[in-house]
Amino acid sequence: MGANSEKTKRVLSHAEPLVRLAKRSDMPASKAWAIRVASIVAALAIGAVLIVALGHNPFSVYADMVKGSFFTKTSRVETIKIAIPLLGAALAITPAFKMKFWNIGAEGQILAGAIAATYVALFWIDKMPRPVLILVMFIAGAAAGGIWGVIPALFKAKWGINETLFTLMFNYIVLGFVRYLQNGPWRAPASSFPQIAMIGFQSRLPKVFGVHIGWIIILAITVAMFFYLKYAKQGYEISVVGESVKTAQYAGMNVGWIIIRTMFISGAIAGIAGFLIVSGEDFTLSESTAGGVGFTAITVAWLSRLNPFVMVFISMFLATLSKGSNTIQTNFKIPASAAEVLTGIILFCMLGCEFFINYKLIFRHRKGDEAGV
Amino acid sequence: MYKFIQFICATILAGTPFLYGTVGEILTEKSGNLNLGVEGMMFMGGIAGLAGAFYYEKFTAVPIGGIAALIAVVCAFCCAALGALIYCFLTITLRANQNVTGLALTIFGTGFGNFFGEVLSSRAGGYVAVSAATKAVFNGNVPVLSSIPTVGKLLFSYNFAVYLAVIVAIAIALFLNRTRKGLSLRAVGENPATADAAGINVTLYKYLATCIGGGICGIGGMYIVMVTCSGVWVNNCISGYGWIAVALVIFVTWSPWRALIGSFIFGGLSVLRYYLHLGLNNAQSQLYDVVPYAATVIVLIITGIRQSREHAIPASCGENYFREER
Repeated sequence: MGANSEKTKRVLSHAEPLVRLAKRSDMPASKAWAIRVASIVAALAIGAVLIVALGHNPFSVYADMVKGSFFTKTSRVETIKIAIPLLGAALAITPAFKMKFWNIGAEGQILAGAIAATYVALFWIDKMPRPVLILVMFIAGAAAGGIWGVIPALFKAKWGINETLFTLMFNYIVLGFVRYLQNGPWRAPASSFPQIAMIGFQSRLPKVFGVHIGWIIILAITVAMFFYLKYAKQGYEISVVGESVKTAQYAGMNVGWIIIRTMFISGAIAGIAGFLIVSGEDFTLSESTAGGVGFTAITVAWLSRLNPFVMVFISMFLATLSKGSNTIQTNFKIPASAAEVLTGIILFCMLGCEFFINYKLIFRHRKGDEAGV
Repeated sequence: MYKFIQFICATILAGTPFLYGTVGEILTEKSGNLNLGVEGMMFMGGIAGLAGAFYYEKFTAVPIGGIAALIAVVCAFCCAALGALIYCFLTITLRANQNVTGLALTIFGTGFGNFFGEVLSSRAGGYVAVSAATKAVFNGNVPVLSSIPTVGKLLFSYNFAVYLAVIVAIAIALFLNRTRKGLSLRAVGENPATADAAGINVTLYKYLATCIGGGICGIGGMYIVMVTCSGVWVNNCISGYGWIAVALVIFVTWSPWRALIGSFIFGGLSVLRYYLHLGLNNAQSQLYDVVPYAATVIVLIITGIRQSREHAIPASCGENYFREER
């Protein structure tokens, strides 16, 4: 920082632009979060303009969204059920993004995990008692998701192949495979519609407080991920590789192995999210099992600054929007896709507000700010 | 033979939206912006195009099909370019992460399209559709020439949007490879710091290329609504097209010339099973639909391993450029 401002000062003595930027790292966390909350409020205000344009009262619409998501027990359960896979996938993406490995393949890794879990549930259901069966589904889901995540990592580690595009393509390959299973080998013979049979009761997750125990699993992973990234040696290696591959190599780290290992973890957690959807929520596998969760989760992870605890709130918030949009569709005849529009606006505002947290605008005639501190 | 000609025609019609999306995204990525919002921008273009034509017809006593079509193109371009402008402002000026911003744009654009599609439908009393005259323009062909046997059918039996797509692709190809500004744009995409030092206005180039590229993608969305769905809004009608376009950019290795071939190959693949009896059952045809993505992965791997610089992604693509951080 010191050297930087020295440099800026020297440049300043020649010609001073109207506005210049200085990086800052000194903003207190409370102020930074205040800015983020303000950006959400701003986004809701933009949404309110839209609602007014449609001829409704924005306050009653927003109030209805909250009511529809929380006021009855059923709605609370529904909202939490939406949040669980979202949080799971966001946690999955976290270590990869921390490493600056742009894994946008969580959608596919969720499906890979869901396929494996469904396979166990459909074909091994008679072979073991319920707890073992569910445990095997869990492991199968994690392993399948992990393997699906490792393949792009191998190519990245060995040949430096662009992981963004690779993981993106992999989503659609596994989606096609799910459609194949749905229309062919796994199609329920009795139904006229191409769908996979519901999995047996034995393979369904038990409930705690009215919601399947996935919420406990996911919260456990949240805590584990926080400590893994912050205190474990492997977590440290991930952030070094993320900051600078060359530094990591110089320090004697096996970068290729770290990439592969981290992507296995990333894919495995996504796979677990897939298992939770199948075993706790849908009780079947279909092409809409992942339903865009893997993509939305990327924004959740990023907006939480890769902080697992913050992700809990952001995923609950987006789940509220999504659940609430069904309510306003019924009550106000506002299309449910309003949730996506609103989510988009919120994402834009939050993405934009980071700039004001990380940078400082310095105008020409404000000598007091010169030091940039 | 007749069936073969039919197949070629269907291929061209099916490949055109891919061509718009691919060329638009190539222009965008050449400036170093990996905009994953193609799908969103196509949705925005699709609904704006439809709305433009619809309201023109509603407020004009004697609507003319050609003008409605023109309005649809302009509206689609502008609305999608506006989506790209949000992306530009966030990534270039406010330095937000490109991947995340692109995905946010896809979420927003998809919602935007479906939302206004539904609003428009309910205002129009059930469902929104353009007039027969406008539909005729989008199902049109080149007069006189199209009546030549075989050749006329193969070359001149398409609507104006198909020819526009080909013209745009060729224009972008020539711009990128044959003009000084095109060279500058490629420099910005490969190494913005060097381009900046050479006196190129990096920010301006990125903004313009991304917005124009986004606008072109938007025309692709309009094409899907107007031609593929015959001028009726169907929810989620554009789903998947944008991602295929992102795949195609890799498949054609960032060349608009090859995009002309690649788009029609993908278009052909998507209609092949209706013309050739492949003996696929319903399940197998689902696997068949994966072929474009699998082929794209293979191209990505091969070009990556061979490290051919000509076929590689623009070097700075996906990373933002901060002048202060050199």
